[in-house]
Amino acid sequence: MKIALKNCQLVHPLQKINKKSNLLLEHGIITKIGNLTTEDLKNAEIFDLKDNFVSPGFFDMHVHLREPGREDEETIQTGCDAAAQGGFTGIACMPNTEPTLDSAEVISLIKEKAKNHLVEVFPVAAATVGRKGEIISPMAELFSAGAVGFSDDGVAIKTARILKTALEYSTMFDVPIIEHCEEESLASGAMNEGVTSTFLGLPPIPSVAEDLIVMRDILMSEYTGGKIHIAHISTKKAVQMVREAKANGIRVTAEVSPHHFTLTDEAVKGYNTNTKMNPPLRTQEDVNAMLEGLKDGTIDCIASDHAPHSLEEKEMEFEFAPNGIVGLETQIGLALTELYHKKVLTIEQLVEKFAINPRKILNIHVPKFEVGETANFTIFDVNEIWSVDISQFKSKSKNSPFDKRLLKGKAVGVINKKKMLLTGKSIEI
Amino acid sequence: MPLSSRHLLGLETTPKEDIKLILDTATTFKEVLERPIKRVPTLQGKTVVNLFYENSTRTRISFELAEKRLSADAVNFSVSTSSVSKGETFKDTIKNIEAMKIDMVVARHAAAGTPLYLTQLCDAHIINAGDGIHEHPTQALLDMYSIREKLGRLEGVKVCIVGDIAHSRVALSNIFGLKTIGAEVSVCGPATMIPRNIKDLGVKVFYNIDEAIQENDVLNVLRIQLERKAGSNFPTLREYHTCYGITNERLEKNGKDILILHPGPINRGVEISSEVADGNNQIILQQVTNGVAVRMAVLYLLGTQN
Repeated sequence: MKIALKNCQLVHPLQKINKKSNLLLEHGIITKIGNLTTEDLKNAEIFDLKDNFVSPGFFDMHVHLREPGREDEETIQTGCDAAAQGGFTGIACMPNTEPTLDSAEVISLIKEKAKNHLVEVFPVAAATVGRKGEIISPMAELFSAGAVGFSDDGVAIKTARILKTALEYSTMFDVPIIEHCEEESLASGAMNEGVTSTFLGLPPIPSVAEDLIVMRDILMSEYTGGKIHIAHISTKKAVQMVREAKANGIRVTAEVSPHHFTLTDEAVKGYNTNTKMNPPLRTQEDVNAMLEGLKDGTIDCIASDHAPHSLEEKEMEFEFAPNGIVGLETQIGLALTELYHKKVLTIEQLVEKFAINPRKILNIHVPKFEVGETANFTIFDVNEIWSVDISQFKSKSKNSPFDKRLLKGKAVGVINKKKMLLTGKSIEI
Repeated sequence: MPLSSRHLLGLETTPKEDIKLILDTATTFKEVLERPIKRVPTLQGKTVVNLFYENSTRTRISFELAEKRLSADAVNFSVSTSSVSKGETFKDTIKNIEAMKIDMVVARHAAAGTPLYLTQLCDAHIINAGDGIHEHPTQALLDMYSIREKLGRLEGVKVCIVGDIAHSRVALSNIFGLKTIGAEVSVCGPATMIPRNIKDLGVKVFYNIDEAIQENDVLNVLRIQLERKAGSNFPTLREYHTCYGITNERLEKNGKDILILHPGPINRGVEISSEVADGNNQIILQQVTNGVAVRMAVLYLLGTQN
């Protein structure tokens, strides 16, 4: 099938493109970029993209799909549907499933289940067997099966010794160790330690719990030469340490989740369990540091930490509720509203954080605007004003603190693997 | 004049007028407690559920007596006899209890914020009887009542709360309530038991108990939770007693006729010595009596609202 996408604002910072153009695709492959002739348009289905941005497909490198194990919360299918709806053509899924992603068989199962979807799924395997922090996982087998990184996410790799082994071993594949940075002995609270936790009487988690492991991991990365990726960074100190480490040439990268540059711990007032996540919401000073880190490039990418939980699980006493919120379908809107429109990031920087850097970190090919390339795009409108409605989520779970929030900017569509989802409609191309 | 809220969730948001109204009303009920027939028909036909998700003897008995003396129908629901062990969610339990047509819930729960959550789940009036390490408003109100009864006022009175401030709902409610009413509040304890952000609460901090005694009119001595805290927040009970225990020797040394409160149950020889616990400065048992009167006042003021 042949389709023409007219009036695209093509943006690709790697190719130094930000221009108005048209695209011709045949069987999902780019066949022409620029002015389209009558001959080009013959037998083509034409879509007017009304000057919306078209960028390389967005990639979320931190998603919890819950399958296998908790299919009541999310499945590979519903998670991918949510990703496509939210404007993503690729995701990396985290290994804290049941069973854990610590064997090649489970990695293959996920790849197999996801293979027909528009959204590509790249599993992050467990760094240690059972995520127990005792023995490193069979990394070579996992890598061959398709794992793009290793992580014990949910917790940090338990001991410095195992971290050292994992980092050394991972250098053979040059994939990152993705770390949930939290010192276990300080991690038993329900929200960030600060004035709000004192007023609410909630057991606190000090920010130093994150800082300690970020420091440990940076030092270990420097020592071993392995790649460390800091997942969901959330403290001012951690951002400072990553900034310095990068300046010193240490192979460390970092991601931030939209809630950590949007909300502060004051959102916990009222004990809404959809404000409970790990790392917890921090202070305004920390939020400012996230914005600064995004701006100066210390923070490489934005990732949702999409963590689906059923209604029953979240409908309970705050201290007993599980951590995490869904984020796939709100994060582009939040980033455009809070970062682009507030002049923290340019469109080019935003595309770097969403499409380019996560793929670079995970050694995944970055789609380009070139004849012969597979079309893998995200189409987004920076000006549409819309209100989040959790009942419209494709995700099986609705645990979001952003329900009814007014946002400016939205993903309009995605194209990948000969499939297009445009304003909610699926088309085989 | 009625209370400004349908519930008593905590003292952080309770206005001065409401606190005064509760304390004044408690005076009336204290008189009832002196009568040979200690019962008034005020809440006849009202049903109060004492929902205790955490072990408690004295608070539950105090509430139950207050309810009975107001002629309310009191029902006890405690965790050991509940359906929690059968896997029912908190929400379902509350919906079931509400379906039995009840008017008020007195709630004790290990998790902070549960009383607020209850107001979202059911229409009954909610009274917080202690939620996690958050608030315990009726305890603070009875402490304030007892101070006022003894000293004649609360405004300008210097009150120091001694002990594990960081893990105490009694401390937090006292701080909020006393500050609202115009008392000068300070806290005293080892640094590991003082919340990191205590300054934001607007209270002075003493690490030295002798200074605290010299500079205050009232000490509210908190119970040290023997079962969980020794070894984690302070080295030994002996060291705690040496540094912070209230003894006659210490009171005499500082030459101070200071009023001593304790929310109970007391650990003799730990936070307070036996001579002080039974001595002339303390009003520990008056606090217990006043607790019933204060709880009657709260139940009455909420239960007679529309």
